[in-house]
Amino acid sequence: MSSEPTPDTAAHPALDRQDIAHLARLARLAVTDEELDRFAGQLGAVLDAVAQVQRADVADVVPTTHAVPLTNVLRADVATPSLPRDAVLAGAPAAEDDRFRVPRILGEEA
Amino acid sequence: MSDLTALSVVELQQALSAGETTSVEVTRAHLDRIAAEDGALGAYLHVDGEAALRRAGEIDAAGTAGTGLAGIPVALKDVFVTEGVPTTSGSRILEGWRPPYDATVARRLKDAGTVLLGKTNMDEFAMGSSTENSAYGPTRNPWDHDRIPGGSSGGSSAAVAGRLAPFALGTDTGGSIRQPAAVTGLVGHKPTYGSVSRYGLIAFSSSLDQAGPMARTVLDAALLHEAIGGHDPRDSTSIDAPVPTVVEAARRGAGGDLAGLRVGVVRELGGDGAREGYDAGVLERVAEAVALLEGAGAEVREVSCPSFGLALPAYYLIAPSEASSNLARFEGMRFGIRVGDDGTRDIDEVMALTREQGFGPEVKRRIILGTYALSAGYYDAYYGQAQKVRTLIDRDFTAAFDDDVDVLVSPTSPTVAWPIGARVDDPLAMYAADLCTLPASLAGVPAISVPCGLSEGLPVGLQVMAPALADDRCYRVAAAVEAALGAPLTDRLAERAA
Repeated sequence: MSSEPTPDTAAHPALDRQDIAHLARLARLAVTDEELDRFAGQLGAVLDAVAQVQRADVADVVPTTHAVPLTNVLRADVATPSLPRDAVLAGAPAAEDDRFRVPRILGEEA
Repeated sequence: MSDLTALSVVELQQALSAGETTSVEVTRAHLDRIAAEDGALGAYLHVDGEAALRRAGEIDAAGTAGTGLAGIPVALKDVFVTEGVPTTSGSRILEGWRPPYDATVARRLKDAGTVLLGKTNMDEFAMGSSTENSAYGPTRNPWDHDRIPGGSSGGSSAAVAGRLAPFALGTDTGGSIRQPAAVTGLVGHKPTYGSVSRYGLIAFSSSLDQAGPMARTVLDAALLHEAIGGHDPRDSTSIDAPVPTVVEAARRGAGGDLAGLRVGVVRELGGDGAREGYDAGVLERVAEAVALLEGAGAEVREVSCPSFGLALPAYYLIAPSEASSNLARFEGMRFGIRVGDDGTRDIDEVMALTREQGFGPEVKRRIILGTYALSAGYYDAYYGQAQKVRTLIDRDFTAAFDDDVDVLVSPTSPTVAWPIGARVDDPLAMYAADLCTLPASLAGVPAISVPCGLSEGLPVGLQVMAPALADDRCYRVAAAVEAALGAPLTDRLAERAA
């Protein structure tokens, strides 16, 4: 799979190991070699099955994004208490100085 | 009182208000049964008996036990966040996390005076139809411990069917309340989308997720539905409408009179030309249930919903796509576990390692599939097309409800509970379990599963679907089926054990 637009969607490509590795990277998901082998076969079969949606005649059909038509909801612009900071940080894997502690977010050269 | 775990919620209410028992006694009876049975069943992920008994003692002391749901124990699927109580959504990635707040439905049940027994097992992030995808091991079906209890709300179904809880909450994205209810002999209802708050429900597929009740009787399910339903300003998709009169409908339906009600049997779900993949025994029980409805005065006709056949492929594009987006929040920074943060790795590497070790295979498959379906160049062919198919399914429902019928019926699950392990390496076989439940999910309409007998000694469920916000019709029809069959199906499970 490439990320180039306008692929031939009538004959969708099967998902091979490389495609799976690329998609996993996009999804921030490290996958093992064993998983790549297994997922390539399983997801190929799933993709074949779900591609059936392309058979439907939907020329003039509008998509349904939500089951119930709703318009956007805005709450009143009134300040209300947030969750207590300490209670939230207590659930974090690492915290420091009243904040989430995270690994380095920029490369060495940045 | 002899065996408090054998009583329905309604019977418990009566015993509590008559002073024949106390919330502490009822709670202790369930905790004892959990201690005795759950080692084999695996229905619960977390039980805090001390906290439950303390809470029950408070309700007894306040003198409110038996008023509404006060003093009645309840179990919650582990997908609902509960303040200070471990919540994992069946995933390793949230192991050890204690949420800082309550889901709205958990809060409402607390305010109603219920006693939380514990959190029940589930397929990881509600992805599955067997509860085998839990990171914490499978749950077993109380009817046959070698079989699955359905999923994803399989911990809740096993707990209630096995009398380890009087009733429980589940969630249903593509059938995860109805299918486990069907295969364990319970009543399970998926409310109209948006009619029960999703605030604090760990999101899987936001345009489909809905919380609902699971119980051994229709009236018990209605009581739980009434307690959790209604508008919530904290959920932007919450419908601002009164809760349908489900308790009244359950009582009315139990009278057994369905005169004038128009029932449509969906041809595409187990009817002529659409029987492949269905157990003959399931179709027989469902046909008998339909005959019971006719006997109660309903007008029965066959209805064609030609697009229902495309519900499965549409669902398995929409749900993974939404999941791949929703599950981005599990990155090991704000809650749950973090893997590989040894000072040498940057944030992307730590996220990838955390998600690799925190997620199980089905979650990874769906994230990868969803990422693909949403990629540039593929969006229109997959996700966009699936959303248009969703419109076609909605049109089938609208056409049926506008012109022909008041409710639609079908089997809930094409088969009875299958042996543990039978489908675990074949995603498509697992997905086929959702064949009958997916159309109502995609259209957002309410649907209930009610027991309608046994096949091969295992429970079969009838599904009743109704127009949006007409949940009361589901309860009315379900109660009529229940009344015609005499006693709750789970009574037979208790007799078998005795």
